[in-house]
Amino acid sequence: MKVEGQIRIPSGCAIAAVISKEGKKMSGEKIIDSMKPMHDRSNGLGGGFAGYGIYPEYKDFYALHMFFDQRATRKNCEVFLKERFEIVKSEIIPTRKIPSITDEPIIWRYFVSPLKSVLASMQLDEKEFVARTVMQINTEMHGAYVFSSGKNMGTFKAVGFPEDVGVFYKLEEYQGYSWTAHGRYPTNTPGWWGGAHPFTLLDWSIVHNGEISSYDANRRFIEMFGYKCTLQTDTEVITYIMDYLIRRQGLTLGEAASVIAAPFWSTIEDKTNREDKEKHMYLRTLFPSLLITGPFSIVFGFDGGLMALNDRLKLRSMVVGEKDDKVFIASEEAAIRTMEPDAENIWAPAGGEPVVVRVKDGAF
Amino acid sequence: MKRVYVNEKWCLGCHLCEYNCAFANSGMQDMATALKGKPIYPRIHVEENDTISYAVSCRHCTDPICVKSCIAGALSQEDGVIRVDPEKCVGCLTCVLVCPYGALAPSESGVMQKCELCLQNSCGEPACVKGCPNRAIVYEER
Amino acid sequence: MGVEFIYPEFEVIRNDNRCIACRVCERQCANEVHFFNAERGVMMSDETKCVNCQRCVSLCPTRALKIVKSDCKLRENANWQDDTIKEIYKQANSGAVLLSSMGNPKPFPVYWDKILINASQVTNPSIDPLREPMETRVFLGKKPDKVKRDANGKLLCELPPQLELSLPVMFSAMSYGSISYNAHESLARAATELGIYYNTGEGGLHEDFYCYGKNTIVQVASGRFGVHKEYLEASAAVEIKMGQGAKPGIGGHLPGAKIVGDVSRTRMIPEGSDAISPAPHHDIYSIEDLRQLVFSLKEATEYKKPIIVKVAAVHNIAAIASGIARSGADIIAIDGFRGGTGAAPTRIRDNVGIPIELALAAVDQRLRDEGIRNNVSLVVGGSIRSASDVVKAIALGADACYIATAAVLALGCHLCRTCQSGKCNWGIATQRPDLVKRLNPDIGSERLVNLVKAWQHEIKELMGGMGINSIEALRGNRLMLRGIGLTEKELEILGILHAGE
Repeated sequence: MKVEGQIRIPSGCAIAAVISKEGKKMSGEKIIDSMKPMHDRSNGLGGGFAGYGIYPEYKDFYALHMFFDQRATRKNCEVFLKERFEIVKSEIIPTRKIPSITDEPIIWRYFVSPLKSVLASMQLDEKEFVARTVMQINTEMHGAYVFSSGKNMGTFKAVGFPEDVGVFYKLEEYQGYSWTAHGRYPTNTPGWWGGAHPFTLLDWSIVHNGEISSYDANRRFIEMFGYKCTLQTDTEVITYIMDYLIRRQGLTLGEAASVIAAPFWSTIEDKTNREDKEKHMYLRTLFPSLLITGPFSIVFGFDGGLMALNDRLKLRSMVVGEKDDKVFIASEEAAIRTMEPDAENIWAPAGGEPVVVRVKDGAF
Repeated sequence: MKRVYVNEKWCLGCHLCEYNCAFANSGMQDMATALKGKPIYPRIHVEENDTISYAVSCRHCTDPICVKSCIAGALSQEDGVIRVDPEKCVGCLTCVLVCPYGALAPSESGVMQKCELCLQNSCGEPACVKGCPNRAIVYEER
Repeated sequence: MGVEFIYPEFEVIRNDNRCIACRVCERQCANEVHFFNAERGVMMSDETKCVNCQRCVSLCPTRALKIVKSDCKLRENANWQDDTIKEIYKQANSGAVLLSSMGNPKPFPVYWDKILINASQVTNPSIDPLREPMETRVFLGKKPDKVKRDANGKLLCELPPQLELSLPVMFSAMSYGSISYNAHESLARAATELGIYYNTGEGGLHEDFYCYGKNTIVQVASGRFGVHKEYLEASAAVEIKMGQGAKPGIGGHLPGAKIVGDVSRTRMIPEGSDAISPAPHHDIYSIEDLRQLVFSLKEATEYKKPIIVKVAAVHNIAAIASGIARSGADIIAIDGFRGGTGAAPTRIRDNVGIPIELALAAVDQRLRDEGIRNNVSLVVGGSIRSASDVVKAIALGADACYIATAAVLALGCHLCRTCQSGKCNWGIATQRPDLVKRLNPDIGSERLVNLVKAWQHEIKELMGGMGINSIEALRGNRLMLRGIGLTEKELEILGILHAGE
């Protein structure tokens, strides 16, 4: 049977997220709880979390979270890393043994900074260099997999139900200003830890529920720019698209949203604001291959904020709620109520309408 | 009023209109039975020379000279359509003489017949129009 | 009859019980197959002249006629087949190159028919095009690599010239001369009504059709017939024709007999002179020369119109396309070996070039591998026969399809493949006024519009089934395709999996 990466596996999912606009820290406990009422949206073959602001003491270093199949692979990989990075800290990611999570790989994290001399000789900026290195490890180094590579953030994922995965990784011990969570319902896979979500690149993380019909059109386009879609998952390709549009093309979040969930031509034509109309015409004509069709609801995490977005037909459920400084996003209202029973203003954002929440300036 | 018009630009001179007309007014189910081995007496005729062809049938003039000239009172105008009553026609051919378009010709029996826009037969719409392969004959309001 | 006699290929079967001797068949046959025997009062036929164009069959009011393949056969031989032997007789008689028309009829694999399309089940929803918007609009042209902003950070929304199509189908090049005035008018009017484009071919543009310029692609071919300032200015885009799928590597030859009246004026050559398009452009012997012509045409049109380079699908097509993608061209049109023609040497038509499916897959992948797919749009032609062929082409990576054979079929062509005779009974591939008038552009354009709209409906149904509501998301989406009965190598070139995988 083919495993993740050798074949494309459709899956259904649950997603949830929370952010404090004040930048107030929360432990991972609440986000774990949010996944419990959505248990049936996963099938135990993948769960994961991303936390932002969790490594304040190492905030200037890239936190590489890695899976290794064996000790020798880790040793080889460390040699490779040392040629490129200064490693300021290297440690096992703490976990607790629980019966529902088994067969774990070696799970390690490194806090690193690219060697200036290497950057200079390759004529690359720091982020591009880190992104390429991650891509290189994941495609070329058998048995090693980088599943998180941002600064002051980290992803934690495994094969299992998400509420168990949170316990396994001791997320109650981390403090973050925003959290996202994912439970997976793949239709056909023996389950692989790397295949669980969130999917991340640099600071970007994505949790996604859906099965996009544009997948191969998106993949074959984005792979022209050095990205390698090794997992063949929607989440992976959406992450790369966001990275391409925001980091490489310099689009704003809103502009990127109107590329991937572009308004219908008729909607664009009906726009009365000439500038807005021109902008949408331009973006859709320029990036036709990055339009994403088919059902999706995503929460896109970035340094200092979250963006929630549905496909333009809203073929997947997603609701947003608020309470005080916090904004909650989830596949189901029940998940929001679990995090905050008194959540207010619960609404279902329209298809293609991004909801962007940022931590207030100066909160950190 | 809807009338049959002919555009010589598109007339191919195939003569299908004549056969379709003759068949439509034959009252028979099948064209071969109706027309095989007999001369036909259509109410539309293709006029042609080497370079041009053109189907001619009654224009249903608003002020029809044929009706005025009919000595037997066989020709009449009903809702703009000029009709002939074969029971009254005496076959004097005065209408043939006076029609400025040469649109009239007698039937096999010698009494007059003329295009009545297929309103009196089972075709429902002018058979010449329906069967024209190049839309050279049209039935429309102008 | 003598040793030169070859028994006719077709027989005219007339049902005497039905024939009413109306002589429509006789009047409609430019080949003079039918005649009336007044003595016996019956219709007769000379089938040696019949090309099986079916005009008489279509117009016979009593359905008394059919044309069948003759069963007078030479002794069976798997190696020396009937056609092969008869071609030898013909050449022994004439000493000449054999000529044929329309596309390659040989039983080469049709890959479209070995590719299957996906549909959504359970894990994502199919979309009903009657209930939800379903978009087929595409823009052809260069897409810049980098978004630009002004000093205030505002997006600079300028793009290189683009062709906007309401659906990814265009009418491929057919010259005025090879086809009739009325055929051109039908194409021009249909393209305008549909919001797509038709292509003048290399015969220039009749001034009556300048009014359809917004939907006209004008061609600049090796003969440069009819190319002048107003011609370029009248168009929406300019296509440099380097080759044609039906006859890669050779030029064109429109016999002097067809260079009459307006055709002569439009081509800007004397009446009765043969219009010979050289095999190569004599100012393009290499890729750098092509770049010069691309930019000459851009200069001439003030960089306002996309430049298309059309090439035949040949063995090295991926590398050729890569060269063109770097030549400044905005669009590459690739014509597969099953593409039609008004006349081509039989040996070339039937043996030169490669299938468009493989060429398209190879080119799209190559341009992506080189990271230059955005430099150009890809238009493919050479026997796109249906909406599903269009969907498969788009999913393999094409931006749009060119159709020509399908378009002339809609105009009445019955694929008798004797365009070279100039006696097209359907008024398409002829300049004889009495035949040209058989194609009424009111009917012709309506039938073209019907065809393309019908395809559009089908494309939307197929897309909806896949859960795709915009054609952009289908382009290059090869996961939506599976091969059936293909070898590993064929699948590898097509870049698709086998059914069941």
